[in-house]
Amino acid sequence: MQREIALCQPVVAGVSEGYALVSSEPFSFWGDLDPKTGSIINPRSSLFGESVKNRVFVYPGGRGSSTTSAILLEAIRCSNAPCAIINMQVEPIIAIGILVAQEIYDNVVLPVAAVSEEAFHRLQTGDYLLVDTVVGKLYKREPGQQVKGQT
Amino acid sequence: MKLTDEEQRMLDGQYGKAVSMAMSILTKLGQIYDAEEMMPVTQVHIDSTFFQLLGDAGLEFVARLVDCEAKFCVPTSLNPSARDIERWQEFRVPLDFAEKSRRLEQAYLRMGAIPTWTCAPYQNGMIPCFGQQIAWAESNAIAFANSVIGARTARYGDFADICAAVTGRVPKFSLHIPQNRSGEILLRLQTPELIDFGDDSIYPVIGYIAGSLAQERIPVIEGIPNTVSSDNLKALSAAAASSGAVALFHVLGVTPEASTYEDAFQGKELRQIIDIGEEELLTARRNLSTVNEGKVDLVVMGCPHASFIEVKQLNQLLDGKKIARGVELWVQTNRVVYHWLKEAGLLESLGLSGVKVTTDTCNLNWPRDIWDNWGFRLLVTNSAKWAHYAPGLTGLQVIFANIQNCVKAALKGEIRGS
Repeated sequence: MQREIALCQPVVAGVSEGYALVSSEPFSFWGDLDPKTGSIINPRSSLFGESVKNRVFVYPGGRGSSTTSAILLEAIRCSNAPCAIINMQVEPIIAIGILVAQEIYDNVVLPVAAVSEEAFHRLQTGDYLLVDTVVGKLYKREPGQQVKGQT
Repeated sequence: MKLTDEEQRMLDGQYGKAVSMAMSILTKLGQIYDAEEMMPVTQVHIDSTFFQLLGDAGLEFVARLVDCEAKFCVPTSLNPSARDIERWQEFRVPLDFAEKSRRLEQAYLRMGAIPTWTCAPYQNGMIPCFGQQIAWAESNAIAFANSVIGARTARYGDFADICAAVTGRVPKFSLHIPQNRSGEILLRLQTPELIDFGDDSIYPVIGYIAGSLAQERIPVIEGIPNTVSSDNLKALSAAAASSGAVALFHVLGVTPEASTYEDAFQGKELRQIIDIGEEELLTARRNLSTVNEGKVDLVVMGCPHASFIEVKQLNQLLDGKKIARGVELWVQTNRVVYHWLKEAGLLESLGLSGVKVTTDTCNLNWPRDIWDNWGFRLLVTNSAKWAHYAPGLTGLQVIFANIQNCVKAALKGEIRGS
């Protein structure tokens, strides 16, 4: 079963799915994440010790360092990046990391989207989400189903 | 997006592959943020200077630009490098690490950057003018340039900075547009008459609160006296850009776009007011430390890079005394300040006290193995930015303290809870 749960404003186009990791705190990839493992290393973060790898990473927006672009790019290279990013406000710093990844590597799919505050608060850690920023929709579904349009 | 004929030629590759690749990335960024056109910038500050943070992927991107013989077409300053270029051995930096750093340093110099190697280029180096359109990365420098100087930059990150330096263009969006620079939230210091503004550590604490309350919005801060110094605003900028995504703040009656309420909010309706009282200031100060006492291994100052005045104050507080055995006291700064310290005889006096002055770098970015080699457990700093990032990046416990208590901790080798 697949259920549309929210509209989203596409920032980086793509289709991806995974379990959601939701945080109510803003996030800085530099200082908060180790790109070599995908783990959150900031002991002050409520997500300390969690991994963003292959998760639909949902957090309100960025904070802190402008080195975030580089850390995100390195996480992509090491296959430790989230499979999708959902914010209320998407910073250019996030978009640039992915644009550069797409420039130097083939087949980089990491959809990024902005959602309304109301939709943001409906998303929960553990939800299995399909993020489709080509059509601008978020779906909640069961894991293991075929992605729409794939054969 | 509407491109000029010249910009179209840049994109089409008439000026080489590097310009074309950089222009392609920047125009895509512009499309994402609905920019209608590109615009020229006349200065760039590059943050992508730590080879260990760029990772293999980032280094590949830079290498590609070098291979295409990329040249920076506007004055371009550089953030700190991964190592103290002259004294790296003194700081136990391994040879292979220094060598990798040297290669990235050379790459930027070949492209035509100015070897400023500082995170505070607005104090010594490339100081922009009011209203100047620039493309800066390095979160503290972005906040300072926009807020304190009134230059105009978006919150650029790694790679966007390099692309801007190669093309001299950015999308016309975000804080480049004057209408996007109005205040969005008012933060009032309650009872400012009870606040000790003579204690420099109040400014990073205010910045830390402002960042966490404002997040990506533009805060207007009310209650800071107009006697505030450039160093105080530097500390405030770095703190606000650590706890929040603050690229611009206004200080009523102090910063250039906020001489009045009307200016600061550009006549727009005020949507939110938050009062900051004694309780909030105390909590923020407490949150910057992970413990409140212990045996001190390291005292760090100069984040962002220390000014001459800050180092002079440190020397006065030390008053010729030697720091405790087993304690390191590091001051991070740039070569301009270093030269002045030498000329003024301060470097010698600091050396006799046991202080190590380091240039060109920021040790916060060291990999864990260098930290492990030093064997530190507890560091004390007067920088909210260091205090914010050090627990995650270095694995050390941290105490945030004002410069007077930093010096006491260095002299005694311990800090006691209050």
